Amino acid sequence: MAKLIEIRDLSKVYERGKQKVEVLHHIDLDVEQGDFLALMGPSGSGKTTLLNLIGGLDLPSGGSISVGGQRLDQLGGGALAKWRAAKVGFVFQFYNLMPMLSAQKNVELPLLLTKLSSGERKKRAAIALQLVGLADRTAHKPTELSGGQQQRVSIARAIVSDPTLLVCDEPTGDLDRQSAEEVLGLLRALNRDHGKTILMVTHDPKAAEYANHTLHLDKGTLVQEVSA
Amino acid sequence: MKYLHLVWASLFRRKTRTLLTLVSIIAAFLLFGLLDAVRLSFDQAGQSANGAKRLQTGARLSFIQPLPASLEAKIAAVPGVKRVTYANWFGGAYQDPHNQVFSFAVPPDYLDLFPEVAVTAAERKAFADTRIGALVGEQLAQRFKWKVGDKIPLQSTIFPDKSGSKNWPFEVVGILHASDKKTGGFFDQMLLLNWKYFDETTPYNRGAVGWYVTELADVNQADKVAKAIDALSANSDHETRTQTEQAASASWMKQLADIGLIVGSIMGAVFFTLLLLSGNTMMQAVRERTGELAVLKTIGFSNVSVLAMVLAESVLLLVLGGVIGLLLAALLIPVVSAGSGGMLNLPGVGVNSWILGVGLMATIGLLVGSLPAWSAMRLNIVDALAGR
Repeated sequence: MAKLIEIRDLSKVYERGKQKVEVLHHIDLDVEQGDFLALMGPSGSGKTTLLNLIGGLDLPSGGSISVGGQRLDQLGGGALAKWRAAKVGFVFQFYNLMPMLSAQKNVELPLLLTKLSSGERKKRAAIALQLVGLADRTAHKPTELSGGQQQRVSIARAIVSDPTLLVCDEPTGDLDRQSAEEVLGLLRALNRDHGKTILMVTHDPKAAEYANHTLHLDKGTLVQEVSA
Repeated sequence: MKYLHLVWASLFRRKTRTLLTLVSIIAAFLLFGLLDAVRLSFDQAGQSANGAKRLQTGARLSFIQPLPASLEAKIAAVPGVKRVTYANWFGGAYQDPHNQVFSFAVPPDYLDLFPEVAVTAAERKAFADTRIGALVGEQLAQRFKWKVGDKIPLQSTIFPDKSGSKNWPFEVVGILHASDKKTGGFFDQMLLLNWKYFDETTPYNRGAVGWYVTELADVNQADKVAKAIDALSANSDHETRTQTEQAASASWMKQLADIGLIVGSIMGAVFFTLLLLSGNTMMQAVRERTGELAVLKTIGFSNVSVLAMVLAESVLLLVLGGVIGLLLAALLIPVVSAGSGGMLNLPGVGVNSWILGVGLMATIGLLVGSLPAWSAMRLNIVDALAGR
């Protein structure tokens, strides 16, 4: 399989006041297209930082990061925003839906950045909601949905613009076991049936079992790789 | 336009707060609409095609200083002057000192210079023949339910008769109608009394004239004729100032009160308060949406898009409240005019007021939104998502 993500000698340093904190140290990592990778590790190990760098939300302090042949470390803010809109879908622990918009309108948000007509946007959002099993909840606002349903709306928003890569930061961290399994099953289906490459940060070993591979980070360094 | 639903939804995310801010904006622009109408009604005094043909000559020092009657013949002889007449301020009140009546003592030919005032020939003759006769404006007559033939007592706030009494009897002999209600509203409000009756009854006038009104043969000669009239009294104890009717009206108003300054000061204070109030609302609205704005940026909205959306939200808030406020002003102005019994003749909210109003809405909206929009634009996604 072709490599989707190539990371070389990646490091990230944060400045907190006068202190410099090196969160990631010289990471090398390759992720193949269509892979489902779980990132595990204790709090503060750099999992979310690595995910943010791969998702183009932040820039590295050193090294290079390439996703789908595009060097993210060489892109400016505007270009990075365009790249994210086209190539990445994000799923967060707390869903991060717009509370004043319906499920349908939340899913449509990434499509506002495209040239699609209003009718086409509506159609695609409906398909995405159908895919996550929420075709009958399109008009509901987030507060009218359960946690599991909100996370599924969030997944529909992540996939509606058909990105290559899905980055998921603790997607089941706020869910009960049954809802978590539904969400993880949905992610696995997106990976297996729709070829989406998925990177998932999790603390939960059971969640990691849904991935093809698990990477462990400790104190900003990749310590081992475990195959599922 | 495709972001409009998002901007609208963000604006009404906290309904109560947004509605309270909207009420403040509506009140501010309602006040703007009403006060602007007051300012315009003062500005429009003397503005008419006929008014442009007339010059008004008063004492240079103050409009309450009288001029000698002998000046009439001299003014009439100035080249470019077609006709000349005069008037005195009477200062009447009906029944109660608060019921002020715009009353002027004039000679019978006074209305020859005012073709925009419609009055029948019979009524003009009755005015000339009746010593205590008075011609009364239509709205004024309606206000006090006067009709032709009524005997009405007026109290002069300035002039007593020879016995010292300030009560003057009059008989209504005719009704004045303004042929153009837009520019001639003032004539509907006034009362004309015979100058001769006035001059012979009060011991304080002694043939003096309050001001002269001159009809020009050629409107384009106004400046030249005005200078020539003023030259007649140069270096005398009654130096004059001759102006067009519009300038004289404005000067009169200014001596009473600088309406433009008063209106401007009130509106300045109102809009400054509005700036702080809506600015605070927008700052709060953006601060509590930090996470949502970070999500928008995460999914690919650019910094400029986020900046534009916050600015649009702020301008939309101001335009929404402002337009409702001005519409309410447009509805209320006729009610206020009617309720004043003809004392106020306010023009409606005109195109210029709308343009100025919408300009103010957009400017205040942009000012109010600029700081929160800038903060939103500079928002760091990683920090915002982490709640830092």
